Amino acid sequence: MGRFIIRRTLYAIVTLFILSLTIFTVIRLTGDPVTVMAEPGAPAEDLDRIRAEWGLDRPLPVQYLSFLKNIASGDLGKSFNYEMPVSTLYFQRLPNSLELAFAATLISFVIGIPAGLISAVRVNTVWDSAGKVIALFGLAVPGFWLGLVMILIFSVWLGWLPTSGQGGWQHLIMPAVALGWYFAASLLRLTRSSMLEVMGSEYIKLARLKGLPGYVVTVLHAFKNALIPVLTLAGVNLVIMINAAVIIEVIFAWPGIGRLLYEGIFQRDFPLVQGVVMEAGIMIVVINLMIDILYAYIDPRIRLTK
Amino acid sequence: MAFVTEQIRAALAGAPPSVADRRRRWLRLTRELPLLPLAILIPFVLIAVFANLIAPYDPTEPIPGAKIFEPPFWMQGANPAALLGTDFQGRDVLSRLIFGARVSLIVGVVGTIVAGSIGTTLGILAGYLGGWVDQVIMRVTDAWLALPALVFAIFLATMVGPSMWNIVIILGAVYWTRYARVIRGEVLSLREREFIKLAEIAGASRWRVIRRHVLPNVMNSAMVLASLTIGVVIIAEASLSFLGVGVPPPEPAWGSMLADGRSMLMVGDWWLTVFPGLGIVTVVLATQLLGDWLRVRLDPQLRNL
Repeated sequence: MGRFIIRRTLYAIVTLFILSLTIFTVIRLTGDPVTVMAEPGAPAEDLDRIRAEWGLDRPLPVQYLSFLKNIASGDLGKSFNYEMPVSTLYFQRLPNSLELAFAATLISFVIGIPAGLISAVRVNTVWDSAGKVIALFGLAVPGFWLGLVMILIFSVWLGWLPTSGQGGWQHLIMPAVALGWYFAASLLRLTRSSMLEVMGSEYIKLARLKGLPGYVVTVLHAFKNALIPVLTLAGVNLVIMINAAVIIEVIFAWPGIGRLLYEGIFQRDFPLVQGVVMEAGIMIVVINLMIDILYAYIDPRIRLTK
Repeated sequence: MAFVTEQIRAALAGAPPSVADRRRRWLRLTRELPLLPLAILIPFVLIAVFANLIAPYDPTEPIPGAKIFEPPFWMQGANPAALLGTDFQGRDVLSRLIFGARVSLIVGVVGTIVAGSIGTTLGILAGYLGGWVDQVIMRVTDAWLALPALVFAIFLATMVGPSMWNIVIILGAVYWTRYARVIRGEVLSLREREFIKLAEIAGASRWRVIRRHVLPNVMNSAMVLASLTIGVVIIAEASLSFLGVGVPPPEPAWGSMLADGRSMLMVGDWWLTVFPGLGIVTVVLATQLLGDWLRVRLDPQLRNL
């Protein structure tokens, strides 16, 4: 177990290293970052001043090493516009993104898990087909368009819900549905296939042979085990929702991390964009590492085979 | 199967197939074809290709004499010259939708080809060569997979600057990772198969083994993945254009049309938002259905993907 944790942690560090190198390279390769930061047509002295101020006049390897050193010490740079450390801004917005992501996770559970369960129990029936249609639309209808249509129906036409902003549950429901929509479809498909797999296993046959009623077998024996991969996916989804809800947060004026990224784009605040992207990467790598370790702890086969 | 029917046909050469035979064959073909997706995708491709012939107006210029935000033809106060109304600059919405189809098609197809080529190549190299090549490629794949695809694409688009071809490259660079994972896994098991080993023993070079024996055997999976990636890429392009880092104005893209229509949504001008969205949904739905069909036809093992 100890060796497994060490190896996985090393992988995670390598992943973050490559990620930082990618971000660093993209910024330098795609043109002079100074021209992105400065006003168009700014005089050369201004550009030089900015370059010196941000340490961009140093050789590239030196710049990269100091970038790495800063990341390692939790310093993701300073926002050009807010004149604040990016990590401070990130953690200021984090609670809002968490609120939205948890609500969206709840929505995806409420739609995805029961629908997937019914599809699996009534496999190849009308119920299963209905599940397939939901899954298909989950992929094909972009969440942000769904959000716009919901604003049109529930805010503009019916006047039931506020169009944007943060407040009570009325503010939360539409962005949560728009964000959770896609993930509901992915949970549906996984619940279905995971249930089908479990239902075909030996211990379920045994439970049936013992003469247990059908719903006891389905719910207590099968569903409980089928839920393990589903919950793992939900965990991964949650982290993605926290960091990647950019358009939904823009549409509903939700003050989360996605909107912070959007502001960074629009104000040409490249340290902010770079920092938020790096922070999202760190969060996802760390959560994945934790899930891996947790799995290996629960299931010895994983840590022995790999 | 095709091989057998070819033989039978060769044996029967000279005797033309009867009308009933021909009809039966035709019926079977239509039953096997994915009719719904094709019924959507063929018109979509035709519209995209012949956009400049079909569209009534220049999509980037206002219609002379038209007002802004004119409603579609069945509503009160509509302008008969603009069937689906006009946008915030008085441009024809229908023409913009038609040219937007072209943008979606180009970005969707070419972006998928770029992603598929990068991913398949790296997947084959990692799986077949193994060792440090495998390690390097898979660690990069892991790192690129760690970022949510959309956040990564937004980051790249912000840095590179908006243009349609930049978006194609960016989406290709973001979405290759899934191919690399899947193809590598397939190559790992292919490598252990007899025919590959025999080719190696017979003295075929690595390059020849890859080209003649490995690549043809992973093409099916690559095609299935590609059919499923097109829809994802089309939505990603719409998202980038919506955020203003995709296809730059005045070029018509469905995503930026949605963004343009957003402010008018609040006063109930729904058509500016609904039409481009319906375009995206219909096309992506059709590509997904086509992908499902291909998956069942080409690769039963991928059915649970």
